[in-house]
Order: sequence, then C-alpha cells, then structure tokens
Amino acid sequence: MGNKQTIFTAQQLFDRYRDLAPQLVPLDYTNHPDVKLPYELIGSMPELKDNPFRQRIAEVFSEDGEGNMTLDDFLDMFSVLSEMAPRDLKASYAFKIYDFNNDDFICKSDLEKTLNRLTRNELTEDEVRMVCEKVIDEADLDNDGRLSLEDFQHMIVRAPDFLSTFHIRI
Amino acid sequence: MKVLTKCCIEGKRNIFNLLPVSCRSDFKAIMCSIRKLSTLAKRQYKTYIFLMIFPFISSSGSESDEDSMSEGEMAALKEEVEEKKKVIATLRNQPWRMKKRLVVLKEAQEFVEKFEGALGKGKGRKLYAYKVMMTKKLIKFKRDFENFKTACIPWERKIKEVESHFGSSVASYFIFLRWMYGLNLVLFGFMFGLVILPEILMGLPYGSIPRKTVPREEQETAMDYSVLFDFGGYCKYSFLFYGYYNNEPTIGVLKFRLPLSYLLVGVGIFGYSLMVVIRTMARNANEGGDGGEEGDFTFSWKMFTSWDYLIGNPETADNKYASITTSFKESIVDEQENQKDENIHLRRFLRVLANFLIVSCLGGSGYLIYFVVKRSQEFANMKKDNLSWFEKNEVEFVMSLLGLVCPPLFETIAELEDYHPRIALKWQLGRIFALFLGNLYTFLFALFDEVTAKLESEKVIKNSTEWVLNQYYSNYSSFYNTTDVPPPAVHPSDVIRGPCWETGVGIEFVKLIVSDIQVTYLTILIGDFVRAVIVRFLNYCWCWDLEAGFPSYGEFDISGNVLGLIFNQGMIWMGAFYAPGLVGLNVLRLLSSMYYQCWAVMCCNVPHERVFKASRSNNFYMGLLLLVLFLSLLPVVYTIMTLSPSFDCGPFSGQEKMYDVIMETIEKDLPAFIGNLFSYATNPGLILPAVLLMVLALYYLNAVSKAYQQANTDLKKKMQMARDEEKNRRNNKDSTNQVMKDLEDLLPNKSLIPPPTEEEPPPPDVVIEKGSKSPKMKPGAAAKGVNLQKDVSLAAPNPRAPVTRAPGPRKGPPGNARGPQPGPGRGRGRGGPPRH
Repeated sequence: MGNKQTIFTAQQLFDRYRDLAPQLVPLDYTNHPDVKLPYELIGSMPELKDNPFRQRIAEVFSEDGEGNMTLDDFLDMFSVLSEMAPRDLKASYAFKIYDFNNDDFICKSDLEKTLNRLTRNELTEDEVRMVCEKVIDEADLDNDGRLSLEDFQHMIVRAPDFLSTFHIRI
Repeated sequence: MKVLTKCCIEGKRNIFNLLPVSCRSDFKAIMCSIRKLSTLAKRQYKTYIFLMIFPFISSSGSESDEDSMSEGEMAALKEEVEEKKKVIATLRNQPWRMKKRLVVLKEAQEFVEKFEGALGKGKGRKLYAYKVMMTKKLIKFKRDFENFKTACIPWERKIKEVESHFGSSVASYFIFLRWMYGLNLVLFGFMFGLVILPEILMGLPYGSIPRKTVPREEQETAMDYSVLFDFGGYCKYSFLFYGYYNNEPTIGVLKFRLPLSYLLVGVGIFGYSLMVVIRTMARNANEGGDGGEEGDFTFSWKMFTSWDYLIGNPETADNKYASITTSFKESIVDEQENQKDENIHLRRFLRVLANFLIVSCLGGSGYLIYFVVKRSQEFANMKKDNLSWFEKNEVEFVMSLLGLVCPPLFETIAELEDYHPRIALKWQLGRIFALFLGNLYTFLFALFDEVTAKLESEKVIKNSTEWVLNQYYSNYSSFYNTTDVPPPAVHPSDVIRGPCWETGVGIEFVKLIVSDIQVTYLTILIGDFVRAVIVRFLNYCWCWDLEAGFPSYGEFDISGNVLGLIFNQGMIWMGAFYAPGLVGLNVLRLLSSMYYQCWAVMCCNVPHERVFKASRSNNFYMGLLLLVLFLSLLPVVYTIMTLSPSFDCGPFSGQEKMYDVIMETIEKDLPAFIGNLFSYATNPGLILPAVLLMVLALYYLNAVSKAYQQANTDLKKKMQMARDEEKNRRNNKDSTNQVMKDLEDLLPNKSLIPPPTEEEPPPPDVVIEKGSKSPKMKPGAAAKGVNLQKDVSLAAPNPRAPVTRAPGPRKGPPGNARGPQPGPGRGRGRGGPPRH
C-alpha cells in the first residue's frame, strides 16, 4: 500500500464529524478542545445505523470505552475501517469489536452474543450452541476453549471476504 | 536532559581527548557492540550516548573535534535517524489510539529534525541539507498528487449508493465497469492523438484523393439516415474507418510517419492492455489472502465476515439478516447429516445427458451463425433496395438473440445435473463463455471467407485499373508524341475502386457492437423496467401476488453483465485496428452504460436473496479478460502478418504485407547499425537459443513453485497433527499413541494413563491419597518418594511415569470423576477409595 492516502481527506471527515452536532463542535481545532460526541449521535450516522455491531464499534474506538468519541477517535475509526488499512490492523480491531466483555479473549458467551446479533435471535438455543462449539473447534489453536488474538488473526487473514466486508466507505 | 548533557559535555570531552588514538577505535567498537543489544535498549542507550556526543556534532562549528567524529558515530546517528523515520512511516499500522500516535509522531519528527541537519558536515553539509529539503518537498508533492488523483476518481458517490443498497458484489460490477472505462479512455487517447488527429490536421482533406471520396454512384444516397446507420455513405469514407487513411510515408510539416504510427498504435493497444490487466491481476492476488482450504474455517468465517459493513439501508440489512440466518441453518444441516449416497449411476447419466444437450446447443448456434453470415454475403451481392431491414441486419440480430436465449436455456438444462450452487455457477459461466467465444470465432471465420473473396475480386479490379491506365498513357504519348505524361485528370469520385476489405471488416465489427449495445439497453429497459412497472401496478388487480411469486422484481445479474462487458471489450480489441473510431464509440458506450445501469439498478432491481460469494471471483474475471485479450490478439496479428493490404485504401496500400512499413522505416530512416542489429536479432540462430532459455526458465520456476507448495502443505499437515494431538490428549485422556494404547492393554492395572493437566486444580482426592499412601506396593513399582503432585503440575505429562501406589479395590465410580469413566481403580489420583 505504501504511501497511498485514504480516499477521504481530513477536511471531509471533520465536516462529517461537525455535521453530527454543529453546536458542540467548534470550527477551530488548533487549541485541541476536549469535545466528545455522545454515542447516540455516532450511532445514528447513516453508515452505522444499520450495523448490528455499531455499539461495539463505537466502544472500541472511543477513549472512555462508552462510545463517546472525540475527533481523534472518529478519525481513527474511519481510518481503520477504510479500504486502505492494512489487514493485520483491521484484524486486531475486529477482534476487539467481537470481544464483548473486553477480556482480550473471545469466549463462548462473546460468540453467542455475536451470533444472536447477526441472526437477530432467529436461531434456536441448540443451533447457537452448536455453531459456537464449531467455531471454537475450528479456530482455537492453543486449546484453551476461547479465541485469543493470535487464533483470531490466524483464522481471519485467510478469509477471502474479510477485507471487503470489514470496510466502511464514507 | 539538558543538565545531563551539560555534565556529559565536560566528561566526554575529557574522556575522549584523553583517550589515546589507539583507544578511539575502541570507542568505535563500543558503538558496534551497542548495535547488538536489543532494539529498545539500544535506542535508549544510544539516545543517551548521543546526548553525550551532541556537542561534538552540533552545527555550531565551534568544536574543533569535528574531525575526531569517527565514522562509527556518524553511522550510528544516521541509523538512529533512519529508525525514527521508519517509526513515522509505520505509525499508520500500529493499533494504537490516535492520541498515542500523535505523541509518538511529534517526538519522532522533532528528533529527526534536530539531528538530520546535523549529519551533514563541512563541505557536504549544504548539499546534504539541500538533498533533505528536496526529499521532503518531493514527499509532500507526492502526497498532494495522490490526494488529487483520488479526488478525481469519478462516480465514487454513485457506487457507494449502489453498494449500500445491494452489497459489495453488485458494486464490484460497477467498479469493474469504471476500471474498463479508464482503460478505454487511455486507448482512445492513444488512437486519437497518434492516428486520427494527425490525419485530420495534417493529412489531405476529404475529397482530394479517391479513397477519401464517396464514389459517384453512391453520392445520391450518401446522406440518407438508413445508409448512415449502416455505416455506409459518408461514414464509410471518414476517419472512422481504415480506408480513409493515406499511405504517404510522412505527412505535414512535422513529417509525421502515419503508416508507422498506425501499425505501432494498433499493436501497442494490445501491449498496453496486457500490461494493465496483468498488473491488476497481480495486485488482486496479493490482497486476496493466501487461499486457505474452503472447509477449514466455514463457521468462523460465516460468523466474523458475513456481515457487510457497507450496508447502509434498512431494507438491505433485513435481507442480509435473513440470508445470514439461512446460510447458518444450511451449514448446520450440512454438518449434522452426512450426504446421502444417492443413485450415482442415475446422476452420472443425467450429467452426461445434460452436457450432451449443451454441446449440441453450442454446435447448433455456431452453425446458425455461419449460415447467416454466408447468406449475408449473398445479400451483399443483391441490390440493397430489395432487402428488408431484417435481412440486412440478420447476422447481428441472430448473434444477439443467441446471446439472450442460450444462457437461460443452459441454466434450465443444468438443473438436471444437481450440482452444489457454486460449482453450478462455475459451469454456467464456463458455458456462456464457450457460447460467446464460439459465436465470435464462427463470425470471424465467416468474415475471413468474405475477405478472401474480396481479395480475389481486388486482383481483378487491380488488373483492369492498370490496363486502363496503360491504355491512357499509350494513347496520350502516341497522340501527343511525348513521354512526359501528366496523370489522368479524373475526378476522385469517378476512379475505379477496389473492394477495400479492411473497411468492410471494420464496418462489420462496428455494426455488431452497435447492435450488441442496442440489445443490452433494450433488455434492461424491458426485462427490468417494464417488468417492475407491471409488477408494481398490475399487482392491485391480479389474482396472485406478483411481487412475491412470479415474476417479481428482477435481481441484478452480475455474472451475465460482467461477461457481456468482457466480450464487448474483446470485440473492441479486435475491431480497433480496422476502425479507429471504434474505441471512441466504446468510451461513449461505457459512459452512458454507467449512468443507465446505475439508474436501472436503483430503480428496478431488488437485492439478492442468497449470499453471493463473489470475492474470489475478482481474479477470475480478470483471468477471463486476459484470455479474451489473447484470443482477440490472434486475428489481428494474423492479418498483419499474412494477408496483404488493399491496393488502394488505408495506410498500407501498395505494400506486400502490412509490417513492411517497419522494415522500410528501419532501412531508410534509422541509422545503419540499427538495421544490422535487427537483422542479427531476427536470425534464427539467435532466436532459437532465446526460446530455449525461456522454456528452461519456465521449467525452473515451475519446479520451484511446486517445491514451495509442497513445503506449505507439509507445514499445514504438521500444524494440524499437533492440534489434533493436543485436543485428543485433553479431551479423551486416552493416549493417542498407538504404542501406549497397546501397552495399556497389556498391563493389568491400566494405570499408565496420564494425570489431568495443570489447568484443572488437582482434586482434593489426590492430596488425601498422597497423605495416606497405602503401605502395600505393587511388586516392582517405583519407590515411595515419587511426588505425584509434581507430575500433575507438569505441562506435558509423561505417560511413562512410574506407578506409585497400588490400585485400590474395585468400587463404583467415585463422585467427582472427570471425563469418561474408565472404571474404578484406574489411573493415579483419580477418585480412588481414600478410605480403606
């Protein structure tokens, strides 16, 4: 990828950030004002509002872990989710997103939550359990019953769809 | 830091100056050994050292010790600066928060600025500083240029809209279309700038020479719409087609060599396209991931990569949820039951039958095209007015019809085969490809027959023209009794013309492409738009629900459209040599196609119901494009090499073969030694060894690649084996080693099974048992002192650890047993009877 720039310039991103709450965000950022937009505003962006993981995304990229994002966090988020971000970077952030309890491991309960969000609770208990067991079976290399970052990365870098689906265009 | 520096200044200066010269090399050695330390420690240490030697390299110039700055220090400082630069460059890839990144960036940039300027010293300093400044400016310029380039990419917003509604696979078609548009724009630039423009600006105007004038007999109808739509009349004798171009070796004031340029552009179009396609394929291959086996991570991939983050529309999101759920259910069902072994013979028979039917379809369509082209040749000989529109455009009509009707027919026949959907799709694409290819090549062969016929007739006309000319000259000289005969004063439109087969071929291609465009647009209009209108408005008064059942709204046919695009491009490549205006036509077509299809998709189509995994197909389509490129290169190269050009039209008229232009240029215009060089290069004695060398290189690379693949599979197997071992050891607590299994069966006690691993806390039973070890020992067993606890805590339990206690009397299974129950008394530390 080399020196390729992101498709959107910083100015465009700043404009998008500001558009979410024009009364909160000042036009002049040279004094590094400490402005945080609450999660509700971020989650209502058209790119994110249909995403079942929008809350997790906001939590992972926000400084306080609650989903309230500063401009830096906002830039960070769209930079990682852009087309140009390297695969390993995306994989590590994807891991954080799917780790619901923030314990640096994707355990069975995290998997169940992910699956339920993906299927909107349409699958039965048995089916959910079966799928989660299968996933751990497939991807858990060090056999501790949960996916560590290395397990996750090892599995996701081989996925043909990962780069094209883990991508938001703004 | 500053205080430290100050103290060190004195100390260092003293130390260094006090060092005898021989020891100064030791200083160098110290610096070298520092390099061997770990990076982080090195950096801290070096920073410290550099602060010490900072006064020695400051640009104040007051220090006279500049000469004593050894090479080692310079190199070390340079390395440090390079490292900081690397940190800046890779900052983007680190998974840190933005704040941390900014802090590190600022630090690194300050460091680089401070010390970079100081690196240059003495005379070289100014040059070094200048170099550094120019590099910075260059980087900034490059970044701005990249920004500008990405801002210039057209249709980004439009594609994003399609993407958020339909997902990434439909959008990939439009991205492909945009890429094609870029390619065609470049090709058009070549053709227009190097062939069409010079001829228009510097060549002879219309009407001056025979080839540029409409013949007398056609002049009344030359402006009629019907004639123009058939690309006859004024169209035929314009810069759009091959026949217009003059064969003067150089034209105009600039002495532009048009025939040479025409030939080189014609071949260069293929070369450029080839380069671009291969470069894109290589780029896609890098990003595509190292294709792991499909079955390895089915569920994991489904869970983590099935949600398309690009979706920004609630309806699409609903569809996506539904398709993900269905996909999971399908995989679960697949996993739970094994594939039933159906009647293999019936399936095979059906597949053979289906293939037979399809091959016969393909053969039938090929014959139909051949037949129609032959008929069109007959029609060409008849008078134009007696023919209906249908008969005039029969060929194109039939070809488009076949392209429309056959693919759904193939799909229906393919249902006999009962393949997995992905495999069925591949077969379908392959068959459509074969259909298009067969049609195109049959068309070409039929055309080729026509060309040979025209060449024959040309000879006749040529002879008659020469005969007339000779007559004229002999009459003139005999009448006026001079040998200086002026050329016959005949109006250009009256001159006898040859059939000019190249323009004929060009016209055929243009007509084919135009009819293809018309059919595509009409299909979209009727098949999608009218259908959507009918379904929407007729639904109110129809018996069954039109939207849910038949016919419902159409889905966007990605593969059909992509194949159509690829074949269209193939026809352009073939026809561009004979009709330079064709590339311009294609640019217009792609432009309008983009807008039209974007509108049609948004207005009339619904998102796909089934998850379409098109991600790995990117290179598949590029591969098809490459194949089509090669296949369209063949006819053009064949005609350049073997067929002789028409004698009175086009830039190569009068030559034996078209490539003679190159020979002429080399002989007459280039210096002599290049001519010699070429004659040496084309010597078979040189070419054969070169070909041999290439074949050997291919063989070698193939062997190396196979070796790598083998190493890859071996590693994968090893990893898989290691995983299975661990898993079995954890789950079954039975030895997976066959030898151990046998040994176990032999021993009466079955007490060689390894104890549980360290993660589970050692059961209290073990502790109790240890404490109350039975005095009875198995004869021949190891001594009492063996620490069972230690065995439990080891990571890799040794199954051959000595037996330390006698098995207790058989009892029922204890309360807190783990894993499968091997039976009482089995295994040390397992809930055996503590009380006895």
